[in-house]
Amino acid sequence: MSTITTPPVTDAAGAAPRHPGSSDRAGRGGGTFGPRRLAAALPGALRKLDPRVMWHNPVMFIVEVGAALTTAIAIAEPFLGGPGESGGSIVPGGFTWAIAVWLWLTVVFANLAESVAEGRGKAQAESLRATRSSTTARVVTSYDEATDAAAERSPLREVSSGDLAVGDLVVVVAGETIPGDGDIVWGIASVDESAMTGESAPVVRESGGDRSAVTGGTRVLSDRIVVRITSRPGETFVDRMIALVEGAARQRTPNEIALNILLASLSIVFVIVALTLNPIASYAAAPASLAVLVALLVCLIPTTIGALLSAIGIAGMDRLVQRNVLAMSGRAVEAAGDVTTLLLDKTGTITYGNRRAVAFVPVPGVDGSGLAAAAMLASLADPTPEGASIVDLASAEGVHVDEVPAAEVVPFAAQTRMSGLDLPDGTSLRKGAGSAVVAWVEASDPIPEGTREALDRSVDAIAKGGGTPLVVARRSPDGRARVLGVVHLKDVVKAGLAERFGELRAMGIRTVMVTGDNPLTARAIAAEAGVDDVLAEATPEQKLALIRREQEGGNLVAMTGDGTNDAPALAQADVGVAMNTGTSAAKEAGNMVDLDSDPTKLIDIVRIGKQLLITRGALTTFSIANDIAKYFAIIPAMFAGVFPGLAVLNVMHLHSASSAVLSAIIFNAIIIVVLIPLALRGVRYRPMGASQLLGRNLLVYGLGGVIAPFIGIKLIDLVVSLLPGF
Amino acid sequence: MGALFAILQAATVALVLALAYRPLGDLMARIYTSDRDLRVERGLYRLIGVAPRVEQSWQVYLRSVLAFSVVGVLLVYLLQRAQAVLPFSLGLPAVPEGLSFNTAASFVTNTNWQSYSPELTLGYTVQFAGLAVQNFVSAAVGIAVAIALVRGFARRGERTIGNFWVDLIRGSLRLLLPLALVSAVVLLAGGVVQNFTGFTEVATLTGGTQTLPGGPVASQEAIKELGTNGGGFFNVNSAHPFENPTAWTNLFQVVLMLLIPFSLPRTFGRMVGSPRQGLAILAAMASIFVVSLTALSLLEAGGAGTAPQLAGAAMEGKETRFGIFGSTLFASTSTLTSTGAVDSMHDSYTALGGMLPMLNMMLGEVAPGGVGSGLYGMLVLAVIAVFIAGLLVGRTPEYLGKKLGPREIKLASLYILVTPTLVLTGTALSFAIPGVREDVESTSIWNPGVHGLSEVLYAFTSAANNNGSAFAGLTANTPWLNTALGVAMLLGRFVPIVLVLALAGSLAAQGKVPATAGTLPTHRPLFVGLLVGVTVVVTALTYFPVLTLGPLAEGLI
Repeated sequence: MSTITTPPVTDAAGAAPRHPGSSDRAGRGGGTFGPRRLAAALPGALRKLDPRVMWHNPVMFIVEVGAALTTAIAIAEPFLGGPGESGGSIVPGGFTWAIAVWLWLTVVFANLAESVAEGRGKAQAESLRATRSSTTARVVTSYDEATDAAAERSPLREVSSGDLAVGDLVVVVAGETIPGDGDIVWGIASVDESAMTGESAPVVRESGGDRSAVTGGTRVLSDRIVVRITSRPGETFVDRMIALVEGAARQRTPNEIALNILLASLSIVFVIVALTLNPIASYAAAPASLAVLVALLVCLIPTTIGALLSAIGIAGMDRLVQRNVLAMSGRAVEAAGDVTTLLLDKTGTITYGNRRAVAFVPVPGVDGSGLAAAAMLASLADPTPEGASIVDLASAEGVHVDEVPAAEVVPFAAQTRMSGLDLPDGTSLRKGAGSAVVAWVEASDPIPEGTREALDRSVDAIAKGGGTPLVVARRSPDGRARVLGVVHLKDVVKAGLAERFGELRAMGIRTVMVTGDNPLTARAIAAEAGVDDVLAEATPEQKLALIRREQEGGNLVAMTGDGTNDAPALAQADVGVAMNTGTSAAKEAGNMVDLDSDPTKLIDIVRIGKQLLITRGALTTFSIANDIAKYFAIIPAMFAGVFPGLAVLNVMHLHSASSAVLSAIIFNAIIIVVLIPLALRGVRYRPMGASQLLGRNLLVYGLGGVIAPFIGIKLIDLVVSLLPGF
Repeated sequence: MGALFAILQAATVALVLALAYRPLGDLMARIYTSDRDLRVERGLYRLIGVAPRVEQSWQVYLRSVLAFSVVGVLLVYLLQRAQAVLPFSLGLPAVPEGLSFNTAASFVTNTNWQSYSPELTLGYTVQFAGLAVQNFVSAAVGIAVAIALVRGFARRGERTIGNFWVDLIRGSLRLLLPLALVSAVVLLAGGVVQNFTGFTEVATLTGGTQTLPGGPVASQEAIKELGTNGGGFFNVNSAHPFENPTAWTNLFQVVLMLLIPFSLPRTFGRMVGSPRQGLAILAAMASIFVVSLTALSLLEAGGAGTAPQLAGAAMEGKETRFGIFGSTLFASTSTLTSTGAVDSMHDSYTALGGMLPMLNMMLGEVAPGGVGSGLYGMLVLAVIAVFIAGLLVGRTPEYLGKKLGPREIKLASLYILVTPTLVLTGTALSFAIPGVREDVESTSIWNPGVHGLSEVLYAFTSAANNNGSAFAGLTANTPWLNTALGVAMLLGRFVPIVLVLALAGSLAAQGKVPATAGTLPTHRPLFVGLLVGVTVVVTALTYFPVLTLGPLAEGLI
């Protein structure tokens, strides 16, 4: 379900309102497929019957030409003395009409699949368009960054948002809609981006750094910002999103093109088979009627996949949109399925953004709870997540201290590398980097040799294990200072990651963790998370070099990034997912944007890319495998009148020649409708090695494709045989 | 007893081929990758003005193949037209234009379809300077093209795919010539004739006279089988006692036909650096071969009909010195290798039995196919199979580290279009054009009705797939069939070669994608099964409708 929804919109067919961000939206791609949605898609399906549109799908174009031809014959038949013989058998009265109708239905079903797939995108596009309504922008006429960065004294000019030019500077204050995409050059503001992301909680955007990008159509809730416009009206992010979800900007991907070529060529072979059959039959047997020949042709060309191919592509893009990922090109979605190397940022992706306290290690002579209490007290007023985690850990260990109201908080400073608390009674508590705290203690008292050794041992051990040691010390009112111990802060690896990386490994994808940490820490975290490789002390240049190196070895690389200095790497990567919170430069460089700014989503994207390809392959295999049963239905029927011996091939014991041909055509049409939900939802994909996957899918779609039509055609034949004359 | 002997023969052939697989495959890999030239080769390069170390792009390679073949067609054509004035022509006149064209096209394309009776049409000069030369070089061209495609798979980011002239000359001099020489000696020892005595009048026991033809048969015979050519010295080909005197020479000829086509997968595996990839291709080829041979043998041994029941099996058109299995083994081998030699008359097989040689050819001559052409045909089918299977595992399909994108699939798709189009349109036109139809019905078709249709279908199948064998009932020496079959042979040979070389070029230009757990393994039994499935579905099923009008209609009564 789309998350691009303010106000909440309903489905094309009026299904339940969509809940942006709801967790179940991922799996429900085809879930809302039902009669009402079909009905809503019907007008679009009929419009697509235009031969100029059909032409782009060679397989279905052949079916349409066949349908038109059969209709013409059916109309002309009464004037030419009724239906004649075909292959030596008498043809019943309504046969040609029946074939014609079912051929038209085949084409309509194919168009219906595409329309249904497009339907959801259309609804999303509508809601997005609503956000694009013209607003008035206040442009700064003469901006002077040095003297008036906030543009408070500069005159403002009011222009329509549609007349903004790239480079214009606009002022936006609380309550206003941001008139266009841009970067904040001054100020900080909370912005309501729910129109884009569906996330109702406002986000903070500020000048400088990696969270400076704002999107046109979103609303400033507080404060005042100056924005430099970075895209022309009509080419904004929202415009591109509309084009994407509507399918207007959908370009066929390389694999889709290749598959289309293969299908076209298989169709041409069968056109030749059909065209050459009658001259040959006229010599040794009796020619088949045109309606039967068209039926043979339509049954043999791969109509099932031909009908569903474009729906599969649209639905694949749509599945990404449902997960709040915008792919700027279909090529990127497909490349995601091919990715062999995944670069993952440590912070936010592999670990929670913040370090957490996991243990208190007291020095000899201090008891654990004493250290915990001191650390807790020192952290009570500490707003950082690390501080909060110390409080949590101490509480968990049963330590309880009350906040001292009159205490003076000493905030962390880069110079001191410590933070702490000065109590009214003169006691001081400090926690911070080892050397800084030791220096602070030794300023009043030397540290005993034994304590010093124990402290160093603990600090080293924690650092080697990939953690961060935080030394805690106290100075009593009497001026005596002593070290209490060490708090073990640790990067906490997100739960379940090791299994996910294991899955990726099974899929043949190598994971590389990228971090600014030192190699020691990096390797420890990498080992815990189960990634395959690590790039420690990474600079943007090294990241770019790593991507190039991987690509030279033939690997396809995917990565996420948000900062401006990530832009070159995002552009270089085969799949570059930019975070929506990131800078415009990053969003411009990547070929996907994640509106939720969730770096772990890269794994989902890979999965969707694979699922897209597998769905195509599965339906192609199914479609081709179907031919075997259809041969056994039609071939014995075609010339049964002349060669009764061919009845041996009628293994399904179909009722008559006419009912066999009609049943095959009906099966061929109905199977399209039956498979629309699968095409929209995508086949189920479980991570496993290629060999296993091939075996499983060949069994389901290959063998299934051989067997299913035998059963289907037989069942349809039982019904058709009840028709008079058949 | 019969069954035991059959199994013994099959086992012998299998054993010899298995023993030859590695050494011969490796030898061929060395021949085409070595950077040393023999002195005689250096002389030849100087003579034709070729720098042997300069490699060619696929376009230049293709131009060389086509230029060489055009010259070949012209030479063979002119030799036949000038036969009357050539020495050692046994007094035979010039060959008519239509037949000359057909024969020239036939031998240059490695088809060796014979619209004529050799002993009554061609003298020694044309046989030697024209046909025998083409028997060597057309085979060498086939291998060269296959090697060029293999190089496409083996190379990374290169613009060139080898040098055609080097491949041609090495293939002829280092591979075919020595092997043919040894084989000819073996055949001589087996009783195949080799002389220049022309026709000999002999008095028969009953007092009549008989004209026995002689000629340099053994030397022709060796390359006929080894190069999967199939053009016999005599009209009845390997059924003639001077060409194929005994059961063991028969078996030896079968081995010769299969030797190179079944060893080339090893060469492929070696050159791409993974012998097991070669084994997979071999397995796909061999499984089709075994199934087809078994089916044909059972059908013929079972022999429906009155005469076969009396004889114990369908012995019509078969030589008693070969028996059922000697004949079906030869027929299967000959039609599955694009050789087209016969030691029994396929036209006289049981209706369904006669369909099998036809089906064998319809598979596109890939199991194991002609020398070179079988390997490149199978690799193209592997490209299609990998494409479908690759999608099934969720990756852009890649084969041996090469991505199969729109261009590669376009070339492979066009490749599989070529022969069905030629076969079906050729057959249909024979019955669709009123004047032609009368001619075909009155002159060419020996057995009217369903069987006559099979004869025409067989002829076009054989020509378009460059096999060369015939359903003997058809008189093909007519203007329509000489022209249409000649055109089918040329297009059936060179259009695929254009596509294969273009494919080689686009593969060679690519880098190599490293294999991961997500890469489709192309050496496992599952993939071999898929490849066989694709081969059967994509090629043979195309012909199902038309087969129901011919052999199936005849056989399922």
